[in-house]
Amino acid sequence: MIIKGGIVYDPTNGIFGEEMDIFLEKGKVVEEAKGKEIDARGLLVMPGGVDAHAHVAGTKVNTGRIMRPEDARSGLEPKTKLLRPCTGYTVPNCYAIGYRYARMGYTTVFEAATPIIESRHTHEELEEIPIVDKGALTLFGSNWEVLECVRDDDLDKLAAYVAWGLRASRGYGVKVVNPGGGEAWGFGTNVKGLDDPVPNFDTTPREIIRGLVKANEMLNLPHSVHLHTNNLGKPGNYTTVLDTMDTVKDITSTRDRQVLHVTHMQFSSYGGTGWRDFESEAPQIAEYFNRNDHVTMDMGQMIFGNATTMTADGPLEYNNARLLHAKWSNHDIELEDSSGVVPLVYGRKMPVNAIQWAIGLELALLTESPWKTLLTTDHPNGGPFVNYPEVITLLMSKAKREEEMATLHELVAKRTVLPTIERELDWGDIAVMTRAAPAKVLGLAEKGHLGVGADADVTVYDLRPEKIDPARDHKRVKEALGRVKYTIKGGEVVVRDGEIVAVPRGRTYWVDASVPEKDAERVQVDLVEKFEKYYSIQKSNYMVQDAYVTDPVVVKAGVI
Amino acid sequence: MIVEDVICPFCGCLCDDIRVEVEDNKITKVNRACRLGASKIRGHERIKAPMVREDGELVETSYEEAYQRAAQILYQAKRPLLYGWCSTVCEAHKKGILLAEEVGGVIDSTATVCHGPSIIGIEEKGLAGATLGQVKNRADLIVFWGSNPAEAHPRHSLRYSTNVRGKFTEGGRSEKKMIVVDVRKTRSSRNADKFLRIRPGTDYEVISALRMIVGGNGDLLPERVAGISKDDLVDMAEMMKAARFGAFFFGLGLTHSRGSYKNIDNSLSLVNELNSHTKFMIMPMRGHYNVGGFGQVCAWETGYPMAVDFSRGIPYFNPGETAACDVLANGEADAALVVAADPASNFPWSVVEKLAEIPVVQIDPFENPTTLISDVVIPSAVAGVEVEGTAYRMDGLPLRMKKLVTSSYPSDEEVLDGIIKEVRRLGDDN
Ligand code: SF4
Ligand SMILES: [Zn+2]
Repeated sequence: MIIKGGIVYDPTNGIFGEEMDIFLEKGKVVEEAKGKEIDARGLLVMPGGVDAHAHVAGTKVNTGRIMRPEDARSGLEPKTKLLRPCTGYTVPNCYAIGYRYARMGYTTVFEAATPIIESRHTHEELEEIPIVDKGALTLFGSNWEVLECVRDDDLDKLAAYVAWGLRASRGYGVKVVNPGGGEAWGFGTNVKGLDDPVPNFDTTPREIIRGLVKANEMLNLPHSVHLHTNNLGKPGNYTTVLDTMDTVKDITSTRDRQVLHVTHMQFSSYGGTGWRDFESEAPQIAEYFNRNDHVTMDMGQMIFGNATTMTADGPLEYNNARLLHAKWSNHDIELEDSSGVVPLVYGRKMPVNAIQWAIGLELALLTESPWKTLLTTDHPNGGPFVNYPEVITLLMSKAKREEEMATLHELVAKRTVLPTIERELDWGDIAVMTRAAPAKVLGLAEKGHLGVGADADVTVYDLRPEKIDPARDHKRVKEALGRVKYTIKGGEVVVRDGEIVAVPRGRTYWVDASVPEKDAERVQVDLVEKFEKYYSIQKSNYMVQDAYVTDPVVVKAGVI
Repeated sequence: MIVEDVICPFCGCLCDDIRVEVEDNKITKVNRACRLGASKIRGHERIKAPMVREDGELVETSYEEAYQRAAQILYQAKRPLLYGWCSTVCEAHKKGILLAEEVGGVIDSTATVCHGPSIIGIEEKGLAGATLGQVKNRADLIVFWGSNPAEAHPRHSLRYSTNVRGKFTEGGRSEKKMIVVDVRKTRSSRNADKFLRIRPGTDYEVISALRMIVGGNGDLLPERVAGISKDDLVDMAEMMKAARFGAFFFGLGLTHSRGSYKNIDNSLSLVNELNSHTKFMIMPMRGHYNVGGFGQVCAWETGYPMAVDFSRGIPYFNPGETAACDVLANGEADAALVVAADPASNFPWSVVEKLAEIPVVQIDPFENPTTLISDVVIPSAVAGVEVEGTAYRMDGLPLRMKKLVTSSYPSDEEVLDGIIKEVRRLGDDN
């Protein structure tokens, strides 16, 4: 296949708006190829989009569906000859997830959190999501074996356990949520800061983070530790985040990437001492990123309207529910973590929400390098992923930001600096934030770019970058971003003129990391005891079987 | 051959430590399972071959013929009901939902006649839950309300709740408190530290009274509530507040007594409120081993956990209108497919009469009263004994069921696939 004459943005390969042809063959980008021609003359062409953080599969997501039938009613699309019927806005059914990503030109999405013991469920849902490639990040931040290894300062054993946990969950990377807090929540408390001891385990969040970051690098994993910080969602939490990032600064990454990814930063960039003097500290966070290169983040942009918050941060969700008098689901996971789900509505006239909205944008606009700030809404916590076109146009158009701000609570002007920011991102920045950077942050060498050997995942937008000014024509741009001209996945046209025309199955990435035999054996000794005494299932029934990952891409890593 | 760590395909405890001996492709011994589980794994008399009803009699036929007849019935119906699913694996659920989409039918599970009200309650309030291992390791107070685990979930107490030791519950039963609330004495209530015998139909009042006491408004209560002394209620409320980790398990006694989903709603609120004093969780005691799994699959495939109507081409859910009993009672369902369930025994009699009036296709390894009113009967392999697949425990934890022996019967999944193919062929012809 040849994609002819597009205006190509491929930041990884230093291409920013050059007219060129792209050749695809056998699912890959190649030097030269024959076959079907796609006429992309003058149209904006990018690699397929990559979402490095969204909650799209597993227990939390399905809990959201079960407790929110009203949400299902809001996104109805009937069955067709080709397509299964779709439901839902914040918690869409599996088919809707695949189709909607594809219609926006996205071809890869990573589920942000799976507890090992429930990963079978996560993969059952990932298997049902059509078209896109996917993977899942495995939760380690309150896991008893992790806490004990960290307490004993036994990094070799910790690394061996992480490798085993990734294999057991068929997971791709190390996710840490409110480290230590999930364990504390088992008895209804929380950890309040990096040095607050985890009850009964004689360790601290700081030690857990450092231990896991070191183990992650010992294992040479493609992705870094992916962290949801302590105190997330609380006024004044920006100091926790700054301290967290500093605490891993001395650890060197073994790959060409960050040593820590701090996720949905919007929820961790808060100033003030409470909700009354709540304010943005995004400038401080952005400043830190402008001075340091060892960390990356994603926005976690908030979108007004309905959201369903879902996280392994159980105590956070309990507090959300109490504050908002909302429905509350909690789900503690034996020996591993906690989790919660709370639906909510973000209101334009709510001071806190208006400020949160501005914070996400400030982070992306004040951080100089787009490589450090991935575009996400922490779907569906900040809002559903279908709003990415909205976020992109906000970043590209000051006029649009001003129109929006005029509809918000006036505190947005006093407690944030957004109104003073002139910067308007260009297509190159957007291609970085939605393609090149997420692939690099995740360590996916064949994603997010169009160099020879890359996966044949391409987006062709119905936009002429040389004719249209996104700063002014943001309405038209938003429309085109939501209904692409073509999405090509693995060399096959899956979307034409905004409609799905083919529904291939996606593949699932997971990481198989090798460790020294003696460490693996020590871990097994611990695990045998844990299963005999504490788990409610047998060890032999724990690991995700191959039947649940029918089209795997196994990425090798490890210490040997 | 000995197969270790077999998962029991009977109740929602989904015990995964069963030891089964197999000789010459026959199960000869079952260890560790309770008698309910052991008898399911050992098996009993099977339906021998597919059958279709002719001149009032079920006569044996081929699978091909049975699939065609089943497909015709479902394809020609205006509003077929696809019902059951509690005793088969999720792989079959997926096919069932696909079939419901293709024939524009209504799909519903046996939850509709057991924990349906619990699901409605959860839609109103959410659910403060946990995996059963969390209960094992932490719970020092366990409440069974309208539930008799000693009879219905025999190994629950030994594996997960009152009689097990865990990390923070090393003392086992002696360091735990057990409260039973029920309308009658049961084998479970005999072992309780506290037993509240309430009058039938008063669950809602009693829960409300407990909520008042927990909320600090006990003064306003009369001396007796629903036949229970205020002192007893205060005592129970204090026990719950004093727990380090409390677990509230409820059964059909709560969902099926007067008040139904309001009882559940009220219990969920009670547990939410207890969480401002201590840690508390709540869980329905799911009966059949994979009724929970159907809810999960149905939710991720359609957005709703049960009672989904595909007649408009998009999933539509409105319990009270689209649940199995509703479409039967209203006379809307004009054909039914029953898979791995026995509505003839479990539905109200007036609804069973309606079911008997319409063409029924049954897929099941075993004969049951529903067979008597079926027009096409398709025997299948026993999931979890003869077929692998996924099931979800009562706490939502998924496990992979094992295949212990090889069967000459097709799996539920294969049977459904056969019917789907025939339905598609009929669609192409028209
Ligand atoms: S308690 Fe339930 S799952 Fe366990 S052996 Fe008995 S019937 Fe089977
Ligand atoms: Zn997240």
